[in-house]
Amino acid sequence: MKFGIVTYPGSNCDHDAYHVVKHVLGCDATFLWHKDRDLQDVDCIILPGGFSYGDYLRCGAIARFSPITEEVARFAQHGGYVLGICNGFQVLTEAGLLPGVLRTNSQLKFICEDASLVVANGHTPWTVLCPETVVAPIAHHGGCYYADEETLGRLEGERQVVFRYAQRDGTETDEANPNGSLNNIAGITNARGNVLGMMPHPERNAESELGDASGAWIFRSIIHSFLEGTRA
Amino acid sequence: MSTIAPRPGDPEINDALVREHGLSDDEYASVLRILGREPTYTELGVFSVMWSEHCSYKTSRIHLKTFPTDGPRVLQGPGENAGVIGIGDGLGICFKMESHNHPSFIEPYQGAATGVGGILRDVFTMNARPIALLNSLRFGRPEHPKTRHLVEGVVAGIAGYGNCMGVPTVGGEVAFHGCYDGNNLVNAMCVGVVEEDRIFRGIAAGPGNPVLYVGSRTGRDGIHGATMASDSFVEGEEGNRPTVQVGDPYTEKLLLEACLELMKEDSVVAIQDMGAAGLTSSSVEMAGRGGTGLRLHVDRIPRREDGMTPYECLLSESQERMLIVAAKGREDDVRQIFTKWDLEAVVVGTVTDDGMWTIVEDGVEVASIPVGPLTDEAPEYDRPRAEPADLAARQAQPELPAVGDCNEVLLQLLASPTIADKRWVWRQYDHMVRLNTLVRPGAADAAVLRVPDTEKAIAVSADCNQIHVKADPYEGAQGVIAEAARNVACVGAEPIAVTDCLNFGNPERPEVMWEFERAVTGLGDGLRALGVPVVSGNVSLYNETDATSIHPTPTIGMVGLLESRDDAVGMGLPADGGELVLLGSPRPSLGASAYAIVCHGVEQGAPPKVHWNEEKALLAVLHEGIRRRFIRAAHDAADGGLAVALAEMAITGGRNPDVGPGQGCEVNLAANPDPIARELSLFGETQGCAWAVVPTSHLADLLALSQELGCMARHCGRIGGDRIVVTDAHQTRAIDLSLAEARAAWEGGFCASVGLPQPPVRD
Repeated sequence: MKFGIVTYPGSNCDHDAYHVVKHVLGCDATFLWHKDRDLQDVDCIILPGGFSYGDYLRCGAIARFSPITEEVARFAQHGGYVLGICNGFQVLTEAGLLPGVLRTNSQLKFICEDASLVVANGHTPWTVLCPETVVAPIAHHGGCYYADEETLGRLEGERQVVFRYAQRDGTETDEANPNGSLNNIAGITNARGNVLGMMPHPERNAESELGDASGAWIFRSIIHSFLEGTRA
Repeated sequence: MSTIAPRPGDPEINDALVREHGLSDDEYASVLRILGREPTYTELGVFSVMWSEHCSYKTSRIHLKTFPTDGPRVLQGPGENAGVIGIGDGLGICFKMESHNHPSFIEPYQGAATGVGGILRDVFTMNARPIALLNSLRFGRPEHPKTRHLVEGVVAGIAGYGNCMGVPTVGGEVAFHGCYDGNNLVNAMCVGVVEEDRIFRGIAAGPGNPVLYVGSRTGRDGIHGATMASDSFVEGEEGNRPTVQVGDPYTEKLLLEACLELMKEDSVVAIQDMGAAGLTSSSVEMAGRGGTGLRLHVDRIPRREDGMTPYECLLSESQERMLIVAAKGREDDVRQIFTKWDLEAVVVGTVTDDGMWTIVEDGVEVASIPVGPLTDEAPEYDRPRAEPADLAARQAQPELPAVGDCNEVLLQLLASPTIADKRWVWRQYDHMVRLNTLVRPGAADAAVLRVPDTEKAIAVSADCNQIHVKADPYEGAQGVIAEAARNVACVGAEPIAVTDCLNFGNPERPEVMWEFERAVTGLGDGLRALGVPVVSGNVSLYNETDATSIHPTPTIGMVGLLESRDDAVGMGLPADGGELVLLGSPRPSLGASAYAIVCHGVEQGAPPKVHWNEEKALLAVLHEGIRRRFIRAAHDAADGGLAVALAEMAITGGRNPDVGPGQGCEVNLAANPDPIARELSLFGETQGCAWAVVPTSHLADLLALSQELGCMARHCGRIGGDRIVVTDAHQTRAIDLSLAEARAAWEGGFCASVGLPQPPVRD
């Protein structure tokens, strides 16, 4: 399986994502330059964390116009797997590939710390192998998920909410919600399930040296799903 | 000598203008002698910044020469953009610390942000990939009306720049003291990794080679920043806004990637960032090191606004700019890479062999200065020094009555803002990006980072106890070195090199100069005793407001090496238990201690002395004990003495080496039960001591190792329960505190003192 990691100007977690899929999980990986349109036959695209185009405007607002994003959108429309992490999630909402928006954190500050996530839907291609909870650090200033009531109702009804902020034991509480996200939402998929956006960084907890390595299950899940899909 | 006509529109040179440029009569006489004529306005500006304290080190140089800077591991010592220390595997650690004190007081967010930007450029200009940032911050009293604003602005500025760059901010320190009320300190340190045979330097060589300007355009911001940094503050004159630069971390991220990509090839001869004094100092220094000349066409400099004079272009401190000397004919290779990263790269001049630094505007020479004299004949002063009249009073041992309730003392110390948990601060810093952070902020005495593509790790720490240094600059400075070394040893590393950032008051006051000389000597003697070199550094003088100088604050950034990254430990008590061993011989002193200040409001007394033989034995036991897996966690005694160190291990325990929910313990300190003697042994500050956690099965091994290496070691107690209990010689409980209570004091102290909302309690 081959991963493509997009490098926008200002992306800064592109090497982290590359390292994890290539060196920790042993997959093929390549960088996709923002000015290019060639997706290099990848099977899964990761939009990494960082500050695309400086994020001096709304986060992700400029990146949606770059040539590679247009190709990513086409790839997603054809059912390709796309994972947006942190700034990548923001880009996916700006590009209309995922509903809702990410607002400034309720405490108005950048927050970097471990977040415990409860897996709200274990039947997506991204979570089939995940345990009930995973730990993935957050590192963002604008990670407060918001959507209008109707959209939120649809996301919940269609089980598109995949991860929620929780205590370590999996209990969803207000205290465990670091940024004020509605319904403690940390990650959602599109209706089809092939596009996942999440504010926490699973790549930062994919090795036992750096934590309990539970973030790796998200990558293992998508590798598993891809291989199942090609077999079917 | 060439004659240069005054540029139309430039001010006329007169005594008042010379004085305004901060040049003394003697210095101006040297200018006239070097040029053989009166300088142009542009040249006057150039001499002013090049000979400013900030750029020329004219006051400090004579003392800095005494630092040990050699050693088998040194790949690049002081004098370049940053120093480099070898760690084997063909790799070097490139690092430096620098101050941005004055700008951060005037405009805390941008001042701190551009401080981070500047130190990053110093490191990546050497072809090192930055892997970590640290900072050392000093603010005034928490209750001072300006403090909260400054804390919020400085922390947000550091976060804003470092986070966007994708370089983790992994450690540092924050302390408060009234001496910083009108002059806070922001010292930023950057650490990078470089291949030892691919270190790039700023040496302009090869006459005929083109000089390229890359990065952001030049604006009018920061003109005379270096001169401002070489002067004192007067209350009410903070309105100097035009001299504070504005940072653009996004452009710097592009510049970082473009420069590192460029240096993979051989099209670059020399590269240097434009920091203080901008284009002037970068070009003059490169020519100075190369023994060459430069001819620069100032009209080709990309500008942000019209109508800028050569004076303004040369002295601007606009951020995110670099100067590159390319190999002749390779200009397009350079341009291609910068274009890829959407950056400008413009040929602005050439290297010459005439030894002259010549500036041309529209074909007309506006400045022409011989490089050698401009750099080599910069003034050097041996300023008068005088022992402060109040020195004996500072060092007199204070008479302190016993508080009596040691639980209460411990809670007060844990809640004091200098000791309390700094989570509010480091939560705002991305401290994990790049996936190297093995031991995170708050979890140990030093941060630990894996070195990519190796089995190794480095430990990094930034330290200074300015209370100790003020009381006795020589002994206090030795203590700074000892503490920095202990901090990296407590995570399992061997100290290998330091950078320094020497923050002092007005050097024209003989007592400040005396403090400077004593502190520099203390640092040097300490480093020689340890066998650790200085590879880079920075001096910040004139930290004075309304005639009051700050405490002498010589901050040290220490780098330690772990041959195997699996060895790294934290400071938290492990949940699965173990024995507590006190390593070293405590010589506690309540003079100049946090206890005296926090509990009695007294800042007086001699600081604890370093006994280097014992200190080195302790470092050896920590290093070897951790390497052999005898020691599972360690923490040195510093502010607040042995009791505070123990409490911090308990509060952060449970998930070693990460910060956990806490873990109790019970130890016996064999302290004299007389109340003041008891408080002395619990809260007195000492050098040369650390707590170590050892599994019961290895207790005998650690005690034997300590004996072998000549370090005192005493088994004092064990991990267990949910209380912190310390008994004395009569087995009376001197301290008996629930973890929850201790934790609440420690976690809440910082925000409560400064008046900030406390982050939610961690799970």
